[in-house]
Amino acid sequence: MNVPEHVGKALLREGGIVTPEGRVVRDALRAADAARALGGNVVVKAQISAGKRGKSGGIAFASTPEEAGARAAALLGTRIGEHRVEEVLVEAAVAIDRELYAAILNDGSSRSPLVLFSREGGVDIEELNASAPEKIVREAVDIRRGLSEEKAREITGDAKVADVLVRMYDRFIALDCELLEINPLALDDSGAPIALDCKMTIDDSARRRQAALFERLEAAVGPYGTALEQRARAAGLYFIELDGEVGILANGAGLTMTTLDAVNMQGGRPANFLEIGGEAYTKATTALEIVLANPHVKSVLVNFCGAFARTDVMAEGVVAAYEALRPSVPFFFSIHGTGEEQAIALVRQRLGIEPYPLMDDAVSAAVQAAKALVGVSA
Amino acid sequence: MILRRDDSLLVQGITGKQASFWSEKMRACGTNIVAGTSPGKGGTQAAGVPVYESAVLAAKAHRISCSVLFTPPGATKAAVLDALAAGIRKLVVLAEHVPVHDSMEFIAAAHDVGAQLVGPNTAGVVTPGECAVGIMPGFAENIFAPGPVGVISRSGSLGTLICLDIVRAGFGQSAFIGIGGDPVLGTTTVEALRIFERDDATRAVVIVGELGGAMEEEAADYAAATQLTKRKPLLAFIAGRTAPHGRRMGHAGAIVTGSRGSGESKVRALREAGAHVLDSPAGLGPVLRNVLS
Repeated sequence: MNVPEHVGKALLREGGIVTPEGRVVRDALRAADAARALGGNVVVKAQISAGKRGKSGGIAFASTPEEAGARAAALLGTRIGEHRVEEVLVEAAVAIDRELYAAILNDGSSRSPLVLFSREGGVDIEELNASAPEKIVREAVDIRRGLSEEKAREITGDAKVADVLVRMYDRFIALDCELLEINPLALDDSGAPIALDCKMTIDDSARRRQAALFERLEAAVGPYGTALEQRARAAGLYFIELDGEVGILANGAGLTMTTLDAVNMQGGRPANFLEIGGEAYTKATTALEIVLANPHVKSVLVNFCGAFARTDVMAEGVVAAYEALRPSVPFFFSIHGTGEEQAIALVRQRLGIEPYPLMDDAVSAAVQAAKALVGVSA
Repeated sequence: MILRRDDSLLVQGITGKQASFWSEKMRACGTNIVAGTSPGKGGTQAAGVPVYESAVLAAKAHRISCSVLFTPPGATKAAVLDALAAGIRKLVVLAEHVPVHDSMEFIAAAHDVGAQLVGPNTAGVVTPGECAVGIMPGFAENIFAPGPVGVISRSGSLGTLICLDIVRAGFGQSAFIGIGGDPVLGTTTVEALRIFERDDATRAVVIVGELGGAMEEEAADYAAATQLTKRKPLLAFIAGRTAPHGRRMGHAGAIVTGSRGSGESKVRALREAGAHVLDSPAGLGPVLRNVLS
């Protein structure tokens, strides 16, 4: 889960890392008040989780409370990329001498936390990586030993910055981060490090042992996604609403992506991504209800390939939902793997629908049916 | 890892509902299950074998070469460390949603003692005609049959579909290695590829990948550098090619993986390495017939 900047900075402060003083506000009046309290000279930052925020105009400077109010008014309600700006962070401006770059992320290649550090931080770090990659230090850390003060000094060449890097690492572990990036990590005119930004992502798999943190994040972020997406999330299902006509119900991320690819490649348009893999395979009834609640769905493609997920259990759920909802759109099935004989018999007997032996044929039939129905309603 | 019929298996977390169901299925594939563990249930029986408090205790009473972990995610790190302490050197870790920092820790511990670990979040490994360990339908004859094709898959469901298409085309598998769907894995695509490179029964390899990470590109780099496809034909199917690009927080991901990670990046890298990249799983048959004849 992505952590909003102001929450990330609070989490950094709790770990002993200095950040500018600031307040989150949702309107221009409060932005001016905040600027006044912070001494007038401030930075106004849109609270969105998009990259390149500075380059897309999401950060503005103001030298008076009135100007801060005007900057906030200009940002609030606008869109940056696909995000709508609902909140701004008003922060005391800091006189800085130098911008550094520091990040730690989970790295699949080294199977370790990987520290990235550069003396040349700031908005052009990716360009630096392309033109002079040797200027970014990369250091994999053995998670069982952690990052020592000595190693941090070797990486940063500066005792005060090394202290921040060790504190970042401690936060990274304590909060189950996937990513913790401070760019810029600024040095003020006395050489003291101060975190001017914070990008933090928490490992969703750590939800159970980080329950208090997730509660805090969810309270800060509020509800997000479409109404159907929220309903699916509440039911423990991973669902993304798309703008096509072919409703898709498949199991496992790999097979679901393959099903979407096949619909796209055959000229159709998927109406959703919905995965009922893992333990969620028992929730097929709820899953189908969500697929059918989308009014744009003109046909439904059910593609099951059972390994752990038993197709007989999933088919039972689909049949139950179908009988309860009596959908008016046509259904197309492809069923293979664990439990397939019972699953196919169930669909055949209770719904009178014959599953296709080949996935591509089921996809093709679902795409054609959706196209025909779109033609009728248009 | 490729398991054989003489491997002897410990089932950690054997008293759970899924473990009971799958123990029976694994045994139907020829797997030699010798014992199980379940904290608080030591001294009882489950799935027809004795249950112990820990892997260390089980290993005192049985010769165990391999363990499969049906543990919940939060208990997985301790269970892996228990299996390693018991001297078990082949581990199949099934749990989904293991915190990544836990995985890093137990994978490092496994590699320190020379143990092989598959997973976490894997569907398991199958050697048709010999054994199956995990939650793959190794018992289904329309999906798994002995043959010359090595399969490496991040996904259980898609891996199943690919195996079905291999058998439908008239071939079978030397082994199926489900490497798992997590961002940090005990066995990566390139490591599984090297296992099949050394395996004499494997005459062609299919990589079943998906967007995200750089494992498929790393496997392609290895294949290109060693001219692997001149010795063993390489086929691949990549899921998520039409998926919209995910938004990435910050710059660190871009600095580490560059332009890698998308479905198209994987397809390009694999094609440049000489692999046959399929647009649909159904295209496997003709290519296999071509490269294996």
